[in-house]
Amino acid sequence: MMSEIEMSRRGVLAGSAAAAALATAPHVEAQPAKAPAPATMPVSLTVNGKRRDLNLDTRTTLLDALREHLKLTGTKKGCDHGQCGACTVIVGGERINSCLSLAVQHQGDEVTTIEGLGTPDRLHPMQAAFVRHDGYQCGYCTPGQICSAVAVLDEIKRGVPSHVQADLSQRPQPTNIEMRERMSGNICRCGAYSNIAEAMAEVAGATA
Amino acid sequence: MKPFTYERAKTPAEAAAAVARQPGAKFLAGGTNLLDLMKLEIETPRHLVDVQDLKLDRIEPATDGGLRIGALVTNTALAADTRVRRDYGVLTRAIVAGASGQLRNKATTAGNLLQGTRCPYFYDPNMPCNKRKPGSGCAAIGGYSRQLAVIGSSDQCIATYPGDMAVAMRVLDATVETVKADGTTRAIPIADFHRLPGDKPHLDNNLEAGELITAVTLPRPLGGTHHYEKVRDRASYAFALVSVAAVIQKDGSGRVAFGGVAHKPWRVEAADAVMTQGAAAVTAKAFANARPTEDNAFKIPLATRALAATIAEGKSA
Repeated sequence: MMSEIEMSRRGVLAGSAAAAALATAPHVEAQPAKAPAPATMPVSLTVNGKRRDLNLDTRTTLLDALREHLKLTGTKKGCDHGQCGACTVIVGGERINSCLSLAVQHQGDEVTTIEGLGTPDRLHPMQAAFVRHDGYQCGYCTPGQICSAVAVLDEIKRGVPSHVQADLSQRPQPTNIEMRERMSGNICRCGAYSNIAEAMAEVAGATA
Repeated sequence: MKPFTYERAKTPAEAAAAVARQPGAKFLAGGTNLLDLMKLEIETPRHLVDVQDLKLDRIEPATDGGLRIGALVTNTALAADTRVRRDYGVLTRAIVAGASGQLRNKATTAGNLLQGTRCPYFYDPNMPCNKRKPGSGCAAIGGYSRQLAVIGSSDQCIATYPGDMAVAMRVLDATVETVKADGTTRAIPIADFHRLPGDKPHLDNNLEAGELITAVTLPRPLGGTHHYEKVRDRASYAFALVSVAAVIQKDGSGRVAFGGVAHKPWRVEAADAVMTQGAAAVTAKAFANARPTEDNAFKIPLATRALAATIAEGKSA
């Protein structure tokens, strides 16, 4: 109910703002053509090792495809603009913000979400380390933090450089400062950052 | 988000023709900037031409001893390339100073060049903005302008180009290669790629409608030490208040471009010429015609100090 009121209020505001802008614009160009009706397309993804076939509105983000269509709600929607990292998933071995990607861009791609990393009975080593090191409080950013952390250790292993690397010709090391820099796209409102870096250090086999 | 139709192009010429043919069509590469703007309905494309299958994701040696970077090479792949790290360190440094790991994995070379301004008034559809809605006015002039341009701005727009990668490409004198809808190609020097706002602030660059970036080429390596000093409000994952991309030679000569200060990466060749005289001499020339606001006048002394730190780093390297 609340969201209906919210939606219609926003619609009215947007409508009146547009009308006012049209009335005051000094040179009104041709009326914009009417927007096309929503288009749908088939999309096939391999999510956590399982092929999933969907038919989606082209506007559907990878995040919404995972959460709303595949009911994999482990991946979280925080800001929905790529600023917070809560929606981080691993696609083709690399972490991305699933909120800033359309599902149709990922036809045929392999997606790993938090549900694919581990289960409550068989935790991924990074999940277990987060638990041991208290790498969260409210837990909302945690699935994104863990997907990101797993991918970060792989990036360090593959030699992907970072902003804090002193010598670009050297291989990066899994140091505390490296973890902090590389995890800057994952925001934690509760401020569990130092514990997250320690959990990552443990999994990397390094001392924080 | 407004509804849109979607297709994947197979060749660069086919992609360019597809965008030119359909009104309201746009190219889609990584999507990290475009999708953000579409959610806010600042961008409202009616059709997207996805260019991910164009096979423009390779970095190859160029005939003149330089490097040719495909338009779809991701920021991560470009920064990590061993040739770039060895010969064009300023470019790796600039890329890893920008955005987050997640975004760099998706952002492409061409898309990053086309990144839109982060001016808060451009992002707020309730405010006038000549860039978003030509003729509506500029709320940034007289508004909150701490992040905005100090030089090259106009009475219609004081937005900045927000990226880091292009600042390094400007100092390296890169060239942007494109294909147009009619299949013809051209090479645009990076200096002429981005525009100053003037009386057409809605145009960020000099590409024609439907013109697709296919590659960025770097000339032969310059040698020297490579630096990218980025000053921002937090240590990571923030846009530059001021950034300095520099290549400095053993004798103290060199070249420098500044980010975060103008509608395009800012380089003044006459300022390069006085590098041996120190940072203050360089910024006196580079910012000679600056017209900062009260809020952002601090950027000019900050640029001098950031360059002084860069020159000191070059001497100790």
